[in-house]
Amino acid sequence: MVYFGFLTQLLSVQIPLEAVSEEQYNTTMAAATYTLPSLPYAYNALEPSISAQIMELHHSKHHQTYVTNLNKALQSYSAATASGNVPDQIALQAAIKFNGGGHINHSLFWQNLAPSSSPDSKLEAAPKLMAEIKATYDSFDRFKEAFTAALLGIQGSGWGWLVKEELTGLRIVTTKDQDPVVNGEVPIFGVDMWEHAYYLQYLNGKAAYVQNIWNVINWKTAEERFQGTREEAFKVLKSQL
Amino acid sequence: MSSTLMRTVPALRAAARASAAKPAAAAMGTSFVRGKATLPDLPYDYPALEPYISGKIMELHHKKHHQTYVTGLNTALETIEGAKSKGDLTKAASVAPLLNFHGGGHVNHSLFWENLAPASREGGGEPDGALKKAIDEDFGGFDTFRKQMNTALAGIQGSGWAWLVKDKQSGTLGLVTRANQDPVTGNYVPLMGIDAWEHAYYLQYENRKAEYFDAIWNVINWKTVASRFDKS
Ligand SMILES: [Fe+2]
Ligand SMILES: [Fe+2]
Repeated sequence: MVYFGFLTQLLSVQIPLEAVSEEQYNTTMAAATYTLPSLPYAYNALEPSISAQIMELHHSKHHQTYVTNLNKALQSYSAATASGNVPDQIALQAAIKFNGGGHINHSLFWQNLAPSSSPDSKLEAAPKLMAEIKATYDSFDRFKEAFTAALLGIQGSGWGWLVKEELTGLRIVTTKDQDPVVNGEVPIFGVDMWEHAYYLQYLNGKAAYVQNIWNVINWKTAEERFQGTREEAFKVLKSQL
Repeated sequence: MSSTLMRTVPALRAAARASAAKPAAAAMGTSFVRGKATLPDLPYDYPALEPYISGKIMELHHKKHHQTYVTGLNTALETIEGAKSKGDLTKAASVAPLLNFHGGGHVNHSLFWENLAPASREGGGEPDGALKKAIDEDFGGFDTFRKQMNTALAGIQGSGWAWLVKDKQSGTLGLVTRANQDPVTGNYVPLMGIDAWEHAYYLQYENRKAEYFDAIWNVINWKTVASRFDKS
């Protein structure tokens, strides 16, 4: 069991990013470089809900690509800022949002999953959140139905999130592609609905993927995020700097 | 199996050519039966595009994914009809996103199957005639066009398509990308499309989508593309 806050801090200090050449690195020291967080469980730990092959590709390839391209975009952005190149700065914003969103979303996602054998994956691990879910959606089953419908209604690639908003309380939101939930709400847990998240195991049967993901939601993490602030939910990203 | 296909394909192809006067409308038209969209047959066998696109991908893509768009389109059309008959225009309008998504999915895939062909037959190579001339003029050559199309495909953030299009007003060729299943409409005639959804390549290429974008050029049916170009 590896907790990635500590590990990634260590990694980012000792190991230069493979995606960044030394030359690039030296000329753009001003830009932050992010690293791929380690998973808090083994690749096969979420079986049979999510296969080890999916987890390995998803983490070591897909998430890594977002991290690599985020770093590239941030380096170009900092060079454009240094040289006062406003058109380039504007042009780079889409890449920063997409790849930064991909990094944020996947980092939150890994943490809000847990092996079904773990007590963290039991509803009892989130007593306060469950009370709020029942108050908002009448019952957990009604919430589950609503969340499932939202996930299956996504047209194309995207994510479904349960979020906490300061004024309105709990809300289910869907986001397209890698748009992150960064508008002030606290992300409690998210589900990746890109085809790469389930295709090797479930093929076109995404409803079965959604049904099975309920077995591996980390309710302990969800409870912590529900009781915490936005900054605390995103803390995992800071530790990867 | 393949010899059977060899015999039936020319007829299918001739039928497709005959009805390709307005490409987008034709794709819809050929697959509507009594006001309902139906799944069009593929003009080749599922494994016919191997090794570039696996038979398993083709089968799932056609039989499951495309079928889901057909079913979704018919459901959306029925909901609109029902709402219309009750005078509930708000309800009818609320179906617009589903109509666009499933209708677009049906149109896009119908065009896509037709602009692919086995490498052992019409697939691959380079266009000739008027289409080649237009590509040379508008892109500076086939290789440049191919590179630009692959760059466009690689740049899609999420699910979507890239298309070679003809501008109806100017007559010039261009490249466009569309998110999700948004169809090519308006001023553009779609000539050739490449599906960049993960379901189009994942079972074979996993995260290595650039390899899929390179491989698919071996199975582009330039005859179909040229015929869409000539008739638009
Ligand atoms: Fe993902
Ligand atoms: Fe597709």
